[in-house]
Amino acid sequence: MAAVRLSEAEKVYIIHGVRDDLRLDGRGCEDYRHMEIETDVVSNTDGSAKISLGHTDVLVGIKAEIGKPKPMVPNEGYLEFFVDCSANATPEFEGRGGEDLGVELSNTLYKAFNNRRSVDLRSLCISPGEHCWVLYVDVLLLQCDGNLFDAMSIAIKAALFNTRISKVQISEDDEGGKEIELSDDPYDCMRLNVENVPCIVTLCKIGHRHVVDATLQEKACSLASVLISVTHRGTVTCVRKMGRGSLDPESIFEMTEAGKRVGKSLHAPLMQLLQEEESLGKKRQKVGFLG
Amino acid sequence: MAGLELLSDQGYRLDGRKASELRKVQARMSVFAQADGSAYLEQGNTKALAVVYGPHETRGSRSKSLHDRAVINCQYSMATFSTAERKRRPHGDRKSSEMSLHLKQTFEAAVLTQLYPRSQIDIYVKILQADGGNYSACVNAATLALVDAGIPMRDYVCACTAGFVEDTPLADLCHVEESGGGTSLSLALLPRSGNIALLQMDARLHQDHLDTLMEAAMTASKGLSKVLDSVVSQHLKEVSVLTRD
Repeated sequence: MAAVRLSEAEKVYIIHGVRDDLRLDGRGCEDYRHMEIETDVVSNTDGSAKISLGHTDVLVGIKAEIGKPKPMVPNEGYLEFFVDCSANATPEFEGRGGEDLGVELSNTLYKAFNNRRSVDLRSLCISPGEHCWVLYVDVLLLQCDGNLFDAMSIAIKAALFNTRISKVQISEDDEGGKEIELSDDPYDCMRLNVENVPCIVTLCKIGHRHVVDATLQEKACSLASVLISVTHRGTVTCVRKMGRGSLDPESIFEMTEAGKRVGKSLHAPLMQLLQEEESLGKKRQKVGFLG
Repeated sequence: MAGLELLSDQGYRLDGRKASELRKVQARMSVFAQADGSAYLEQGNTKALAVVYGPHETRGSRSKSLHDRAVINCQYSMATFSTAERKRRPHGDRKSSEMSLHLKQTFEAAVLTQLYPRSQIDIYVKILQADGGNYSACVNAATLALVDAGIPMRDYVCACTAGFVEDTPLADLCHVEESGGGTSLSLALLPRSGNIALLQMDARLHQDHLDTLMEAAMTASKGLSKVLDSVVSQHLKEVSVLTRD
């Protein structure tokens, strides 16, 4: 991620603050920054969402295409993730500079999201063994101020909620091959059930305590962090320890417990917000970046 | 091209515009707090985001820096979901490299680079949605971003595309009109002096029509410059209210 240079005195200041449950911007250790979410910002995608978490800006676009299912699971579709760390975030990402980080982010997203329980992959099947829907989830990183995984997972969940996949009918044509017909009505589409889509929570260990939603400055003071992906029921889909330091088992246990608690409480307000946005329907004023 | 009339008998185009009408332009400056300058611009359905970093010390090899002026470094990239068919690579292909060079050439003509010797100005443009006029939207967004970054320029740089159908020039082409195989001319203009920073034309055109086509593109660009100017003054009003004591 974009590196920020911090002096020793600043690091000590942050560590002492965290010890007293007070961070640089006045938050507690388990508080998120101000979050703004908007769906349907890019009109030629099947689903999109934009999130601003403090100074971290992420844009997710989902395109659904028809492809061949994987041979091991012929009656399921699948998701493909691609994270583009654009040069907008920092000049270091110019050219191929952002590729390493992008690959690392998309691999973690695969682990957290691409399983049968998160998204109902069977609903993406068109005809077993031959055709299925492939959802290309493209994440665009626009501004980077720490906590990329959380922002990306919330944006992905919002974008999946917003995704509209056209209904298709299979018909047999003259030679016995299958023909796929798209329905004429553009509003006749299938929505995905995002109840079980997890949200990722990253906890960074600073001093003896851990913080949720660390900014770049706080990340510079922490040696290790734990990433945990939690569904609304509290089921964990992925746990990962990142960073160059080592953690003792006690801290990992504490951090996973805190992560589960925080993650569980993210889902309800998010779904409520998405339902409210959806209920506004055509009357909703699309703001995007113009607001 | 059967069945697809770019200009109907009543003088209306595919999206209902008249021949010399521009698409709706909406823009906003300072979208990102971390960059030195940023701007977002929508020209119809084409959405472009421009970010400027600099002037700063030349990154990478020292040999790239020039002793008497600043180096302008541009990167043009498209989001993978920006086009109707999903794009596999956001940048690095030939078209993106060519566009980056064009942008560099355009802004070297406008930015007062002699004021910053041995430094570098980075301009990164991202297309979020492509519906024709990608280059023009990039140039317009990048102009606003440079203004937002406070980098001195000779003039605004405004760009627009123009096409030619049945003796009528069309201003500000959308994707369907561009890819139809007809003429498409891109022009980047410095409005006050009327100087042209970049001129590019694809497809065949009779030499008699070239003047009318260029005139149409220049008029459209001048119209765009008024829009950009109003965006900048609006932004200044908002910012001055916030910073006023």
